[in-house]
Amino acid sequence: MTNQCEIKFTKLDKEKLLLTLSGNWKLDNNIPDASVIEEKILSFSGIGYLEFITTDVAEWDSGILTFLIKINEWCSKNNIKMETGGLPQGVQRLLALASAVAEREGARRQFVREPILSQIGSGTINFVHSTIEILNFFGEVSVAFMRLLRGKARFRRSDFLLILQDCGINALPIVSLICLLVGLILAFIAAIQLMMFGAQIYIASLVGIGMIRVLGAVMAGIIMAGRTSASFAAQIGTMEVNEEIDALKTTGISPIEFLVLPRVIALVLMMPLLCIFADLMGVLGGFIVGVGMLDIGITEYYNMTVDSVGINNFLIGIFQSCVFGVLVALAGCLRGMQCKRSASAVGDAATSAVVTGIISIVIATAIITILCNVLGI
Amino acid sequence: MINSESHITVHDLTMAYGSFVVQRNLTFTINRGDIFIIMGGSGCGKSTLMRHMIGLQKPAAGEIIIDKLNFWNAEVRERETMMRNFGILYQSGALWSSMTLAENISLPLEEYTDLSSNDIKEIISLKLALVGLSGFEDYYPSEISGGMQKRAGLARAMALDPEILFFDEPSAGLDPISAKLLDDLILELRDSLGATVVIVTHELASIFAIGNNSVFLDSDTKTMIAVGDPNKLLAESDNPKVQNFLTRGKIHYEQTS
Ligand SMILES: Nc1ncnc2c1ncn2[C@@H]1O[C@H](COP(=O)(O)OP(=O)(O)OP(=O)(O)O)[C@@H](O)[C@H]1O
Ligand SMILES: [Mg+2]
Repeated sequence: MTNQCEIKFTKLDKEKLLLTLSGNWKLDNNIPDASVIEEKILSFSGIGYLEFITTDVAEWDSGILTFLIKINEWCSKNNIKMETGGLPQGVQRLLALASAVAEREGARRQFVREPILSQIGSGTINFVHSTIEILNFFGEVSVAFMRLLRGKARFRRSDFLLILQDCGINALPIVSLICLLVGLILAFIAAIQLMMFGAQIYIASLVGIGMIRVLGAVMAGIIMAGRTSASFAAQIGTMEVNEEIDALKTTGISPIEFLVLPRVIALVLMMPLLCIFADLMGVLGGFIVGVGMLDIGITEYYNMTVDSVGINNFLIGIFQSCVFGVLVALAGCLRGMQCKRSASAVGDAATSAVVTGIISIVIATAIITILCNVLGI
Repeated sequence: MINSESHITVHDLTMAYGSFVVQRNLTFTINRGDIFIIMGGSGCGKSTLMRHMIGLQKPAAGEIIIDKLNFWNAEVRERETMMRNFGILYQSGALWSSMTLAENISLPLEEYTDLSSNDIKEIISLKLALVGLSGFEDYYPSEISGGMQKRAGLARAMALDPEILFFDEPSAGLDPISAKLLDDLILELRDSLGATVVIVTHELASIFAIGNNSVFLDSDTKTMIAVGDPNKLLAESDNPKVQNFLTRGKIHYEQTS
C-alpha cells in the first residue's frame, strides 16, 4: 500500500456514488483539490448520494477535514446527500463539532471593492472628521489647562516628575550628539565655499545664526518627536487597550487632565532648555571646525558669533522650541488617545504620532519663518 | 425579594457598533438590592451592555434610567455625579499599570473624599484584605497574576462603597475556592451596604447561588430571550436555548443522543 492520497470512484447504482479513499490523508501529502473531485463527481451525471469507504486510510489530520467540509458544502449546494457513515469515527465527530455552531449571520466580514469616486468621497469625509477630531482635542486640552490654572484639574506629581525626567535629562545625550554633528556638518559645507573667497570667519555667523535661530529648535523638536512623542502615544495607547482609560473615565477622572496635561506641560518646560543646549552644541560643532581646521582664533570666533547672532535670533529659537513642545506632546497624546484596541494599533499610534509630530514641526517652522519675515524680525 | 423599588431600568435599548447592531429591544428592570446576572453566549454583547450602563457607550436607541434619572439624556456633569456611585470591575481588570495596588485604590478615595492619608491607608488594607490580597499594597499590577489582578480590580471597584457594582466576569481566572469566596463577598456587599450588583458571568454555580434576577441575551435573534430569577428560569423556561445554557447543554445532548 502506498502512502499517496488516492480516491477511487465506483458507481453503486443510478444515484449512488462510492468514494474509496486510501493512503495518508495529511496536510503535507498532496491531498487532491476538492474542485477536481467535484468535477469528477459531476461527470457521473445524476448522482444524488455520496458514500465513503475509508478502511484503507492509514493516517489523517485536519487536511481530510477541510477537504470533506468543502465537498460537503458543494454537495448541499448541488442537492447531493453526503453519507458520512463510512468515514473514520474521529472524522465524523469532528465534522459534527465543526457544524454544531452555525456561522453567525453578518459576522463574516465582506470586503467589497469601492468605486474610485466613492473612495475619494469617503477619503474627504475622513479627512474632515480627523481635522475636527484634532481641533476637538486641542480644545479639550485648552479647557483642561484653564481648569489647571484655576486649581481644579489635577494629576499625580510623581507621574509629572517622571515625565519631566524622561523628556528632559534623559533626552540630553542624543540631542547633544546630533546637534554637535549638525554644527560640524554645517561648518564643513560652508568652509569649502567660503574659503574660495577667503571669508572663513563668516562660518561663525553662519553656524551661529543657523543653529540658534532655527536649527537648534528644529533638531531638538524632531528628535523629541521621534523619541518622546512615540513613547507618549505607546503609553497612552496601551492604557486604552487595557481599558485603563475607561477605568479613569468611569472613576470620574478626565484622561485629558490626568494623562495629557502633565505630558504637554513637561515637554513645554523642557523643550526650551533642550533648545538652548542644542544651540550650544551646534555652535561648538562649528567652533571645532573653525578653530581646529581653518585656524580662526578662539576669541575671533567667539566675538564673531556673539556679534552676529544677537538676542532676537535667540528668542525666536526659544519661542519656536516652545511651540514645538506643544505640538510634539499633543501629537503623541492625540494618537495615543485615538488608539484602537489591539497591539498592532499601539504600533500604528506610535508611528502616526511621529509622522504627525514631524509634519506639524515643519509646517510651524514655515509659518514662523514667514511671519518673522513679514514682521521684519 | 428584599425591596422591590426599581433602581435601574433599561427601556427598548438598541446597541450598535456603527451599523453593526449587537442587540436590540432590550427592556428590563433591576431592583434595589438585586444581584442581577447578564448572561448569554460568548460575543453576544454582555460587555457591550455593561459599557452602556456605566456611561462609556451611548445607546443607538432607547434609554437607561438610573434612580429615576435618564442616564444618557442628562447633562455631562449630572452623569458624572451618577457615575460616582458606580464601582466597576472590567473584564481585563484594567488596573492602572503605572501605579501600585495601593495607589490604584487610593486614587478614587483621594479624588472624592477628604480622608487623611492614614485613613486612606487603613481603607486600602481593608479592601485588599477583603479580596484576599493583604500585603500586596506595594506591588505593581504587572507583578501579580491574572486572577490576582481581577481581585485587585474588585478591591478598587469597592473603594468608595458604591451603590451599584458592575462586575464583568469577576470569577474568570479564579480557582473554585476563590470563586466561592468571591460569591460570598458579593452577597455580603449587597446585604451590608445595600448595594445593587450587576454581574456578567458564565459561572453556572454562582449564577444559581447568588443571582436573583437576570437577563439572557441571544446572539442569533440579537435580542433578549428571557428575563427573571435564574432558578425560576431553569425550572420554568421552555426556551431550549435558555435551558441549554443553564444546564450546560445537557438537554441538548439528551435530545440528540
Ligand atoms: N470595538 C468594537 N467594534 C466593533 N464591534 C465590536 C467591538 N467590540 C465588540 N464588538 C462586537 O460586539 C459583539 C459583542 O461583544 P462583547 O464584548 O459585548 O461580547 P461579550 O458578550 O462580552 O462576550 P464575552 O463573553 O466573550 O466577553 C461581538 O460580536 C463583537 O464582534
Ligand atoms: Mg465580555
